[in-house]
Amino acid sequence: MELAFSIFFQVLVDGIVLGFMYALIALGYTMVYGVLEFINFAHSEIFVIGAFVGAEMLLMFEATGALAVLHPALVLLLVLLTGMALSGLAAMGLERIAYRPLRGAPRLVPLISAIGASFFLQDFIRLIESLWRNAFYLTYPTLPVLEKSLKLGAAVEVPLKSILVIATALVMLLGLYLFVNRTKVGIAIRAVAQDPDTASLMGIHVNRIIALTFFVGGAMGGVAGVLFGLQYSLISPYSGFVPGLKAFTAAVLGGIGNIPGAVLGGMVLGLMEAFAASYLSLITNGAFGAEYKDVFAFAVLILILIFRPKGLLGEKVREEGA
Amino acid sequence: MKVWFISLGLAGYIALSSLLVFYFPQSVLAFLLFEASLLFVYYAPLPRRVKLSFAGLVLVVLLPLLGTFNGYYLEVAIQVGIFVALALGLNIVVGFVGLLNLGFVAFYAIGAYLWAIFGSPQANQFLAGAHFPLAPSWFFVFLFLSIAVGAFTGALLGLPVLRLRGDYLAIVTLGFAEVVRALVNNLDKPINLTNGPKGITPIQRPPLFFQPVLEFLGLRLDPAALYPLYFYFLVLLMALLVILVTRRLEDSPIGRAWKAIREDEIAAATMGIPVVRLKLLAFAVGASFASAIGVLFAAKQIFINPESFTFMESIGVLAMVILGGMGSIPGAVLGATAVTVLNLQLLKGLSLWLNTLRQSGIIFSLPLLGSFDLSQIPAQFEPAKYERMVFGLILILMMIFRPQGILPPRRSEGKSDGAA
Repeated sequence: MELAFSIFFQVLVDGIVLGFMYALIALGYTMVYGVLEFINFAHSEIFVIGAFVGAEMLLMFEATGALAVLHPALVLLLVLLTGMALSGLAAMGLERIAYRPLRGAPRLVPLISAIGASFFLQDFIRLIESLWRNAFYLTYPTLPVLEKSLKLGAAVEVPLKSILVIATALVMLLGLYLFVNRTKVGIAIRAVAQDPDTASLMGIHVNRIIALTFFVGGAMGGVAGVLFGLQYSLISPYSGFVPGLKAFTAAVLGGIGNIPGAVLGGMVLGLMEAFAASYLSLITNGAFGAEYKDVFAFAVLILILIFRPKGLLGEKVREEGA
Repeated sequence: MKVWFISLGLAGYIALSSLLVFYFPQSVLAFLLFEASLLFVYYAPLPRRVKLSFAGLVLVVLLPLLGTFNGYYLEVAIQVGIFVALALGLNIVVGFVGLLNLGFVAFYAIGAYLWAIFGSPQANQFLAGAHFPLAPSWFFVFLFLSIAVGAFTGALLGLPVLRLRGDYLAIVTLGFAEVVRALVNNLDKPINLTNGPKGITPIQRPPLFFQPVLEFLGLRLDPAALYPLYFYFLVLLMALLVILVTRRLEDSPIGRAWKAIREDEIAAATMGIPVVRLKLLAFAVGASFASAIGVLFAAKQIFINPESFTFMESIGVLAMVILGGMGSIPGAVLGATAVTVLNLQLLKGLSLWLNTLRQSGIIFSLPLLGSFDLSQIPAQFEPAKYERMVFGLILILMMIFRPQGILPPRRSEGKSDGAA
């Protein structure tokens, strides 16, 4: 029990970091589902694109010596912004090529196309990295600043990496909240989510708004990708699948189509996973350990879909103001 | 007169392509031409009996004969047969009933592990006494047992998820397959059921019960040469059985009810079709095919581990069904063949070709673009590893340009005279 208590705070921080990561990815799923009612299965690869863009930029800075000269905050800002922009653009391109021609087709058609896009992008990233670097498993260069940690009290240490993840995620979420609720374009996104036909009668360019939604969702995924790389350091073209599926679980858990729901779902799932990973083996005396954390997440997904497909908060976006 | 003419042409083509394969055993192209002969047989405007005899000639006589000269061809044929059976099983769920199952490989894994655990010393880990591995002849018992187990797990998964809408159902089946894989990966403790990521080996192969007959005929074949042929015929038999069962089901009231559910579930229910029971049946039938072929896969491989049952396999089978045409039996067969041949032969062939280019060290120069040293082709760039890209491209392109597939099912419900 003593051990269980001493790791509690550490596990809590891990869970929150994981939760924000899932929340950022889940936003991409939920926003697209909100406007198109369709699961963008390839969103996990948009996330991976962000991670690879971040890695390539950091490696470039390292190779040119800029990493040692530039201020780390500036480096991080540049990397995050580039990852965001390129992931967003990739998501827009994806929508244009693989989804827009299928608008209005039966439900499963765009889903199958999205699964295809997901597989295609995985190997496409591998292809480019193989030709460019002759390697497709990349390790993030370390930033010395991020290796430090902040001491809170006697026994508790919070790594700066985790603080970076949490702070960035908070800024992004706040920005998204203001964007969706306070700007004209944000209102247009919500209008299209509610009723695309009426929105188009009101003079909203629906196709443009859908593309923009993909950009914003993709940008969130891109930020999450860079943060994922900084936090866990090893990335591969295939590292998106499991986080993607879990983030989707988070989106469903919170109520798909619902933006605050995605954040809530991400946080709940992240915390549950972190605690399950650390305490499962303590509780069961080592019979079941951290390796079951994935099973745990997928079991949550299955149970939620079967028993409460609306999720915790329901589809608030759809009914709002109706 | 015309029939004779076409038959002669077909026979000539088959003979010529067989000779090509015989004289150029390394050539992928020759084997592809030979494989294409089956496609020509299928399309030839000939009476059904003639077509069947041609197909029989190619599948039962020529392919095994050529396979004795180059074992790799038999391996390809066995893989094709396995995927044909899997694709037909998935075709029932996705094509006939219109439920997108993204975790189909889970049932395949269940069948494979069923035989792997009891057909190897693995079961001694958790059952007292040293009764295992079971004798080879139990293989056939397990083949039937796996049909029951597959049907049971299929129905078990189907039960809770059938109320779900299309895309949610897809995700839940995907989650189910991931859970199965994670369990298989981790159930080496507290009780060692599956031996975890290390996998299970050696798995018993089916008995060579016909060996006395062969010896009586004066044929003395080394078991090492005999087993591939044996598995080839087993797979061929199972694939044909699956085709037969699916064709029978398609034209039966059950098949019609399945399609009615696919077209309009509410209308089907109104007409008195027990929707839930029929969906469960579809899940069960599809799963039992996959599970039975899994038993055979385990016996053929001798070694299995969780790596063989990833999400990619599920999507690969889905790509086969979609390429051929959802709901179309000849389509599923063609899709499975085309995708397997593409992965096993074309991509591998491309890899080998790139390797030889790399080793040749030729410097290749283009006007304006400068010169390329072929030995500089990155070693990580191996076309054989890009199966996912193939599957992905198939899915996207088919959805955009030809969602009904290459060989779409006939929509008319008139007399079915389609030849297999």
